[in-house]
Amino acid sequence: MTMRADLEIIQEWIKPGSRLLDLGCGDGELLRYLSDHRKVTGYGLEIDPEKINACIERGVNVIEQNLDAGLSNFGDNTFDSVLMTQALQAVHYPDQVLEEMLRIGREAILTFPNFAHWRCRLYLGTKGRMPVSEFMPYTWYNTPNIHFCTFKDFEELCRERSIRILDRLVVDQSHQSTWLSGLWPNLLGEIAIYRVTR
Amino acid sequence: MSRFPADSVGLVTPQRQAFSEPLQLACGKALNQFELVYETYGELNANHSNAVLICHALSGHHHAAGFHKVDERKPGWWDACIGPGKAIDTNRFFVVSLNNLGGCHGSTGPSSIDPATGKSYGAHFPVLTVEDWVHSQALLADRLGIACWAAVVGGSLGGMQALQWAISYPDRIRHCLAIATAPKLSAQNIAFNEVARQAIINDPDFHNGDYAAFGVIPKRGLMLARMVGHITYLSDDSMGEKFGRELRTDVLNYDFTSVEFQVESYLRYQGQEFSERFDANTYLLMTKALDYFDPAGAHSGNLASSLEGIKARCMVMSFTTDWRFSPARSRELVDALFAAGKQVSYLEIEAAQGHDAFLLPIPRYVQAFKAYMNQIEVA
Repeated sequence: MTMRADLEIIQEWIKPGSRLLDLGCGDGELLRYLSDHRKVTGYGLEIDPEKINACIERGVNVIEQNLDAGLSNFGDNTFDSVLMTQALQAVHYPDQVLEEMLRIGREAILTFPNFAHWRCRLYLGTKGRMPVSEFMPYTWYNTPNIHFCTFKDFEELCRERSIRILDRLVVDQSHQSTWLSGLWPNLLGEIAIYRVTR
Repeated sequence: MSRFPADSVGLVTPQRQAFSEPLQLACGKALNQFELVYETYGELNANHSNAVLICHALSGHHHAAGFHKVDERKPGWWDACIGPGKAIDTNRFFVVSLNNLGGCHGSTGPSSIDPATGKSYGAHFPVLTVEDWVHSQALLADRLGIACWAAVVGGSLGGMQALQWAISYPDRIRHCLAIATAPKLSAQNIAFNEVARQAIINDPDFHNGDYAAFGVIPKRGLMLARMVGHITYLSDDSMGEKFGRELRTDVLNYDFTSVEFQVESYLRYQGQEFSERFDANTYLLMTKALDYFDPAGAHSGNLASSLEGIKARCMVMSFTTDWRFSPARSRELVDALFAAGKQVSYLEIEAAQGHDAFLLPIPRYVQAFKAYMNQIEVA
C-alpha cells in the first residue's frame, strides 16, 4: 500500500509517541501509519459512515463527531498535534476551527488547496466561471468546499490571530515540491501543508 | 439437514456451574453458594484467546442466540448479532452468555431456594450491584479457563457491565463494547425505575416480596412496571409509525375500560406477557442495580479518573432516537475515556427504533459491530 504523498510529508513532522487528533480523518490511513511507525496514540473524527467503518476495520480509534458542531468536548492542550487534511475549506467557520485546534493541541498541521493557483485564476479569468477541475470536481452549488482561500489569505489570518507558522510546504497535486512553486507559491502551488502554533 | 438458518448457532443447551466459595457483595452481605446458568456458542481456541462475554440487560438472560428446541418460535434475544458470520462471529469467537445472579432464568436469584431456610429467598435476597455481577462473572470465567476475554460486550445495563469489567479487571479484558448505555443513570432514568418499583411494591399480591409463600405473584404490578419500561425503550417516532392514533374499535366508547387505541392494546399485551414470565423481585433488583451504577461516584464524581486503570480498547455505540440512554450519555463516557487517555471509538447510529435499536439488525450498526469484532486478534 502506498501512502498518500501529503501523509508522507506530515509524518515527518510527528514526534514518536505523541498524542494526535485527526479532524476529518477519512479512512484512517494516516493514523494507522502513524501508530504503526511513530507509535502515536491517535484519534480521528469523521462523520461519513463508510469512512468510519474503514477506520474501524483498520483498528483506528474513530469518533463520530461533526467538526461544525465544535470541539468543546476536548480539553485545553490535550494533544501534541491536531491534524486536518483537506478539510479547512469545507467547515462552516474555518477561523474558529483553527483557533480550537490550537486550544486543544500544542500545534496544528493543516493542508488545503490554493484557490489562487494559476489554473484557477486562468479558469476564472478566461471563462468567468467558478473553476471546476479533476481536482475540484464540484460545481458552486453542490460543493462541500464552501470556504476556499489562498495561501496569502491563510497567512493573513494567522498574522491577525497571532498564530506562528512553523513550517510551510507548497506542493502540486501529486504533492511534489518544485523550485518554481517555491518561488511563486501563491501562483504555482496547488496544495499547502502548514504547521502552525501559538 | 438442519432446520435452522445457516447463520444460526442452531440448537443450544444451557449449562450450569455451582459455586460454593462465598461471594462478598457491595451491600455488605455475602452469598455463600450460588449457581450460574449460561450458554456457549463456538469453540474455545487452544490458547483461550477468543472468548467473548455477553452481558444482558434488565430483562435479559443467558439465551442470547440459537434455539433451545427444534420448534422454538423465536431464537435467543441477540440472535441478530451472534452466529456464524454475524457481528459476533461464532466461527471465530467462543461466546459465553450467562443469566446474571439475581435473575429468574436459572441462576440463583430471589425465587431460588435459600439453603439456610429451605424456602425461596424472596425479599431476603441481597440487593446486587453491577460490580457484584462482574465479580461473579469473573468466577465463571475462572471456571471456564478464561484468563482474559477477547471482548466483553453488552447493551444498556449490559453495557454498564462491560464498562465495569474494564474498570474492575483491566488485565482480563482486551476490548470493551458498551452499546446504548450510560456511565450512570440520570434523575429521569431513576424516576422511571421508581415508578416501576412502586407499581410492583403496591400490588396487593406483592406481600413485601414474599409472594411465593402466599402462592401468588404480583402480576398487575409487574405488568404496569413493564408497560412504563416499554415506553422508554421505543422512540416517539417508532410508536407513531407503529400505532399512531389508530383505533381498534370503530367508535369511541366514552369509558375507561375499553381498549380503544392500538397502542393501549400493544402495551397491555407486552405487560401481560412479561408478567407471566418474569419474577417481580428480580425486576426490583435489576432496576436497583441500574440506579446504583456510578463508577465516578467513588472518585468524587470524576468519571475520567474512575476510568484511569482501563487497559481495554473501548467501542461505544449509541442510537439517535434512544432517549432512555441518549447519545449524549454515551458521549459523556467517550469524552471521559478520552480525557483519561484511553483508546476509544464512538459511533452514533441513525436509527428510528429508540433504545430497542441495539437488539435489531440495523445495517450500519451490524456492519460496524462486525468490523470492530473482526479486527480483534484471536491468535
